[in-house]
Amino acid sequence: MNITKAQYTTDFDGNNSAIKATINGKELIVPIAPDNTDYTAIQKWAEEDGNEIQAAD
Amino acid sequence: MTKARELAELGASYDSGALSNRNILKNGGQTVDQRNSGSAITLTSSHQYATDRFICRLGTSSSSTAQRVADAPDGLYNSVKITIGTGATPSAATATGYFAYKTEGLDTSHLNFGSSNAETITLSFYVKSSLTGSFGVTVANDALNRSFPSSYTINSANTWERKSITVTGDTSGTWATTNAAAFYLLWDLGCGSDVKGTANTWAGADYRGGATGTTNVCATSSATWYITGVQMEIGTEATPFEVRSYGDELARCQRYYYDLQQAGTTTGNEVGITGCNYNGNNFFGQVTFPVTMRATPTLSSGGDWASRDGNNNVLSSAFSYQRSSPRMVLVSATATSVDAGHGLWVEPSSGTNPNTAYMNFSAEL
Repeated sequence: MNITKAQYTTDFDGNNSAIKATINGKELIVPIAPDNTDYTAIQKWAEEDGNEIQAAD
Repeated sequence: MTKARELAELGASYDSGALSNRNILKNGGQTVDQRNSGSAITLTSSHQYATDRFICRLGTSSSSTAQRVADAPDGLYNSVKITIGTGATPSAATATGYFAYKTEGLDTSHLNFGSSNAETITLSFYVKSSLTGSFGVTVANDALNRSFPSSYTINSANTWERKSITVTGDTSGTWATTNAAAFYLLWDLGCGSDVKGTANTWAGADYRGGATGTTNVCATSSATWYITGVQMEIGTEATPFEVRSYGDELARCQRYYYDLQQAGTTTGNEVGITGCNYNGNNFFGQVTFPVTMRATPTLSSGGDWASRDGNNNVLSSAFSYQRSSPRMVLVSATATSVDAGHGLWVEPSSGTNPNTAYMNFSAEL
């Protein structure tokens, strides 16, 4: 799985509701859910040097 | 009727495959193909789905493809066909290329793997290839630190043959019993020698390429390899493949992937998502899944969607989640020229880029 970008999105209350991520060249909306395999891959990716889940715009 | 007669008749029913729910796997007959609808995909070193639940990965040979086709032994209709483009031997001893299936722990917890009560299981499948010889197959755990490498022999080229591998239950290792991945079933297409091991014994290693010395399908240009009728069941015998209805298989597969709207669907046959305009420029709409998904799914959407409330304007942003769960999600997108508080729906645009809209949800293992 090749993750190149990750950024939180927010709901109407301003809380983080998901992560907009580019995975294998495709933009996906990944839920903040520990049993979602894309979410766990993003967490692992974010632990590597230089990677960061950006705050929402 | 005597007890002996009852048991004999029950045994006859079992032998003819009449007893249901023996097959732990889903879509073993390769009928459900939500992502590709029978179109070929080009294989890469990343995981892709050849059909629902069945993964392909092959980076060694170039221009190789996987496709659901209408070619199967008697009693079945579909199979997956792998066609090797330009053949090549694995680029490294550690190279991995395979056709595979992952089970969910909730479906295999009763096998008691990782304990002294581990059940013996039998994996069976139909295979056909332009090649003959010995090929690799492996039963492993998801972490790939417990492997049972094995082999099967294709005796005649271009002829359907049924194969079975009986696997003694593994009393060691970690095997998920939750909604996480548990078993990893792998058929070698292009694995190097380092990921092949001693046949028919459990090892604490990654031997996803099957038994040592088996042939790589990927090494031969234009080789074909078909598989269908994949079944995993408790016991030492391969009973007849359990055929389930298409609707049954589709529902089982939708636990992992739900295709709501495919690009290319003609106008008039597309979906509409009802909802409301939240604050003057945001559409909020609910999507309820036909079955509870394994986990809260990842959303993939794109193409031109239009809001409809008397107007017909293409949404000016992609969809995102406001709320999400394995049962339903509340999606949102920026919509212009709509009235706050009013109900509306969105649908694939029939304007500048018609029939490009798509939306699907993935909770794969």
